[in-house]
Amino acid sequence: MLELRDITAGYDRGAPVVRGVSLTLAPGEAVGLLGPSGCGKSTLARVAALLHRPDAGTVVLDGTPARGWRHRAPREQRTAFGVLFQQPRLSADPRLRLADAIAEPLRATGRKDQIPTRLRELAPLVGLGDDLLARRPHEVSDGQLQRACLARALVLRPRWLICDEMTAMLDASTTAALVAVVESYRRESGAGVLAVGHDRTLLERWCDRTVGWAELGAATGMPDVA
Amino acid sequence: MASTTTGARGRRGGAPRRALRLRAGAAILAVVVLAVVLVPLLFPLDRQAVDLAAKLQPPSAAHPFGTDEVGRDLLLRCVYGLRVSLLVGVVAALVATVLGTAVGALAGALGGWADRTVMRLVDLFSSVPHLLLGIFIVAMFRPGVWPVIISVALTHWLSTARIVRAEVLSLRSRPYLDAALTGGASRWRVTLRHLLPGVLPQAGLAAVLMVPHAIWHESALSFLGLGLPAHEASLGIMANAARSSLLAGDWWPTLFPGLFIIVPTLAVAGLAGAWRERLNPRRRSELTL
Repeated sequence: MLELRDITAGYDRGAPVVRGVSLTLAPGEAVGLLGPSGCGKSTLARVAALLHRPDAGTVVLDGTPARGWRHRAPREQRTAFGVLFQQPRLSADPRLRLADAIAEPLRATGRKDQIPTRLRELAPLVGLGDDLLARRPHEVSDGQLQRACLARALVLRPRWLICDEMTAMLDASTTAALVAVVESYRRESGAGVLAVGHDRTLLERWCDRTVGWAELGAATGMPDVA
Repeated sequence: MASTTTGARGRRGGAPRRALRLRAGAAILAVVVLAVVLVPLLFPLDRQAVDLAAKLQPPSAAHPFGTDEVGRDLLLRCVYGLRVSLLVGVVAALVATVLGTAVGALAGALGGWADRTVMRLVDLFSSVPHLLLGIFIVAMFRPGVWPVIISVALTHWLSTARIVRAEVLSLRSRPYLDAALTGGASRWRVTLRHLLPGVLPQAGLAAVLMVPHAIWHESALSFLGLGLPAHEASLGIMANAARSSLLAGDWWPTLFPGLFIIVPTLAVAGLAGAWRERLNPRRRSELTL
């Protein structure tokens, strides 16, 4: 269970972007978060993934409140998340080949021995062949790069996937393929998915429930969800 | 029609000029490095040998650059002087770049009050003129090559620190660093694996651009009598000693050391310029692709 309780967050203490928002994500559940651009949903997603310290409120992971954010968060809490961002260009280190980018979390957590196995499992899943895996980000398309980012997000088998406008830069077929991979991972692992976006049709088809930003802002305390 | 041809010519004109600058710079540098390495091996003449009977001789077959006011061969002394200049230039630029990169990366990566404190210190150091600070540092030691290197390095890391910090700040907010954190990377791993490699091209360019600057600085310190001991061959010392004979109409002791300062520094600067032009479009394509 991932609980965001009464989160207030922003980049300037005087003017928070997110005010008193609460959201709960059960294991195996896919929640869509709909909102207009600039409303703060990405900030909320970053708070949920422990990448942005909120000004107030708590994030509770399976009953344990998060005490640190970014590098100060305990590693096992950080790696419980997989994140996907809107712009694959900015989300991949331009110097790493796709294979190295996907394997990087395994290297960072000292699990080098698992790299060949995990690469063999994940590459066909996201549709990346050996040729593409050997290329650097500037030599592949946005869609191919986002697939590599998805593989990287899944490589540590996260308990929660935070997809921040994951498909905003992509065409319909790539979107469908990526969502299918996320969905099969959710079914197989029981991970929770928080999908942030502004495309109501996509989110309503994809997710178990879709929450509008306005409903969240109005909500005080815990929203009435199962 | 006319506009297309001029446009095409303009585009074609840019590349050869760049290539020419690159080739000329590389060729001059190659000759200079060869000379500096080979001449001391091939001509084991004593560069300090004084021959008052042959003082201030104009260029001739025996002395292609002529002789100075105590009869020493100017070509040999110019080459030895250039050796000192290159040593000071390269070593000082390296030390300054390592120092500047470390300070800039630390300030940029830590952010907050650490960043503000470090950068205000950098501003403070920058507000003192380089040469004045350099003279102060040199004056604390006995004359020699190493005090000059230390002085030049300690006064020149500031600009590199600024460049590196700015680069780190621009890279810091990239989502791939967030992704690395979520992937379990420690702060050090993020800095060393993702942040520093992105900064190194800029730091390398700053280092190359600093070599000519450091050479000029060494010459200036030596000219003022604060660099190497007076008997050593240094281009700055030679230029200073030649001032009196220049007034008497003997131009060669001034001209040749001057050329030896100017030509290699221009060659290095040309190479750095070509590198910078290569760096920029690549970075632009990296951002827009």
